[in-house]
Amino acid sequence: MATINTETAFRFIGCSEVQEILGKQAEDERQLAELLEEVPLDSIYFHTHSFFLRHRFIERTYPNDFADWVDEQVRDHVLAERLSVVDPFDYKSLDALREELISIIDDHLSTLVTVPRAGFGTPFYFNRSRILEVPTGLEARTLREFRDAISDVDVSAIYYHVFEAHLRLQREENDFSAWIRGSLKLPELADRMQALNPYLGSLERLRSSLLTMCDDYLMKSGQASGAETR
Amino acid sequence: MIRELEQYRVVAPKGTIDFLQRLSDLVQGKRFLHINTVRYGGGMAEILRRLVPVMKAMGVEARWEVIAGTQEFSDVTRRIADGLQGRPETITDDMYQIYLDVSARNAKALDLAADLVFVHDPQPAALVDYRKGGKWVWRCHLDAGQPHRPVWTQFRRHVLKYDAAVFSLPEFAQRLPIPKFLIYPSIDPLTEKNRELTRAEIGEVLDRFGIAKRRPMLLQVARFDRFKDQLGAIRAYRMAKKHHDCQLVFAGGGVLHDPEGEAVLAEVQEAAGNDPDIHILQLPPEADREINALQRAASIVIQKASKEGFGVAVSEAMWKGKPVIGGTAGGVSAQIVDEATGFIVHSVEGAAFRIRYLLTNPSVMTRMGAMAKEHVRRNFLITRHLSDYLTMLKLLCPD
Repeated sequence: MATINTETAFRFIGCSEVQEILGKQAEDERQLAELLEEVPLDSIYFHTHSFFLRHRFIERTYPNDFADWVDEQVRDHVLAERLSVVDPFDYKSLDALREELISIIDDHLSTLVTVPRAGFGTPFYFNRSRILEVPTGLEARTLREFRDAISDVDVSAIYYHVFEAHLRLQREENDFSAWIRGSLKLPELADRMQALNPYLGSLERLRSSLLTMCDDYLMKSGQASGAETR
Repeated sequence: MIRELEQYRVVAPKGTIDFLQRLSDLVQGKRFLHINTVRYGGGMAEILRRLVPVMKAMGVEARWEVIAGTQEFSDVTRRIADGLQGRPETITDDMYQIYLDVSARNAKALDLAADLVFVHDPQPAALVDYRKGGKWVWRCHLDAGQPHRPVWTQFRRHVLKYDAAVFSLPEFAQRLPIPKFLIYPSIDPLTEKNRELTRAEIGEVLDRFGIAKRRPMLLQVARFDRFKDQLGAIRAYRMAKKHHDCQLVFAGGGVLHDPEGEAVLAEVQEAAGNDPDIHILQLPPEADREINALQRAASIVIQKASKEGFGVAVSEAMWKGKPVIGGTAGGVSAQIVDEATGFIVHSVEGAAFRIRYLLTNPSVMTRMGAMAKEHVRRNFLITRHLSDYLTMLKLLCPD
């Protein structure tokens, strides 16, 4: 099955991010909630999704800037933990994600007498992303080619096809699983790739997981280590 | 194959060089002009000296112009730069007129036509008054977060004529009605300051300065300046010294013609007393290999300043696989991943505790150093800087 050579090549697209400073900053948790209401959606995107584009290798304690700041600068571990479990993949839109974040902070503040603030820590600076799509020139028509491209491609392409795809296509499937299901007709492998949760690790770990899945499948098909027919 | 870019393949993350080539396809033939004040000296000039030829080789019409000025112009622009960084400076109308006059002369002499013009720091900033088209971006390398108000008010009118401004950290920026972007500084791993050195080269430098090779070394690379807190580093070293037979090395710039630097150096020498394990080195600006060797020989690097710019010396040390113990000032905490590549501390005692912890656990030191190098590889190398510039060129100057 893994030797299927599809007519529809997978074209790898990478991306580059420019960070824009919005000039808005929160000193405490109430301000954080208030500014979350008013900042553009690109800023919500920056501090949740593209967080992973900026932390490609080292895994942080928490998977978004809000939880990170509340933990490290405000030292409010309860709110940090509550914000950390917000999985952006559970939300179809950035608006819905914004609502959830605000709701969690409001609920947390309603249980407190005083508003936790950064104190000796640094304020939270709101930024936003400007993403440029960059075709990498890499293409795959077989699972072997796909696997080799995943191994070599700039890691921003993995971000683009997994994280960006979620928002771009507004569906649970990422670009990789969609192509493997639709073009290579390998539903079992596609299901495994779709089930990957990219929010629990770094992009390099995600690359490693994708390679392991491909290798496992190729091994099972008895075509590991270059034995695959072209 | 682009030779100027290929040399970075061995140091850049996987896929980066091919990605940069594809990125450059999107900006072929675009004219990208950089303007600053010096060709040599300072981190910005070092990076431009590498980046501009690479961009040209990639098909971007990149140019680099340097403005000419008089001694009076230098004096005024130094005052403007100091004022933007918060020092109370008085700039009279006559002084400011010198700034404007020299800017006008430079505008006539230079070819300012480009699709994107990057003007670095305040010295050439008034050239924007003579812009002839294209997008103009003011690249502020200074910490202008808390400027001396009269200086900022006077200078701001030039900034407002730009299409965008770029800062090194969000907290270095002022409120402005134009878009503000964030670009971190970077280091070039192939320069004399950062290239790999042989054991013999490192040993030669240590011998020259009388530093023991087989005992742990703590290093602080910083000019002698009260904000760099060398005295705090000595206190932290002394607390750690009770438990570990270590050495402390300060590598800073010379303090000739700098009364404040001389005073700080004298205080540091007095605090060091006759401790033979404290080495205070005054190095000339061109001592890149010496700094490189000291960073490579160090066990731990300390950058615990109370006020700091971006502090790219942190990335330099991390690139050499060293854990860094740093404070929260400036860009230090933006470079260190706390408890992964080093430690962010808030006091002398915190620094002492982390020094002791690392010296007691050499395997942690090794692991953190390795992580630090990988972190810099992905975030603070010149290849990332190149990607930022090409991306900005494409986004600000679409076809």
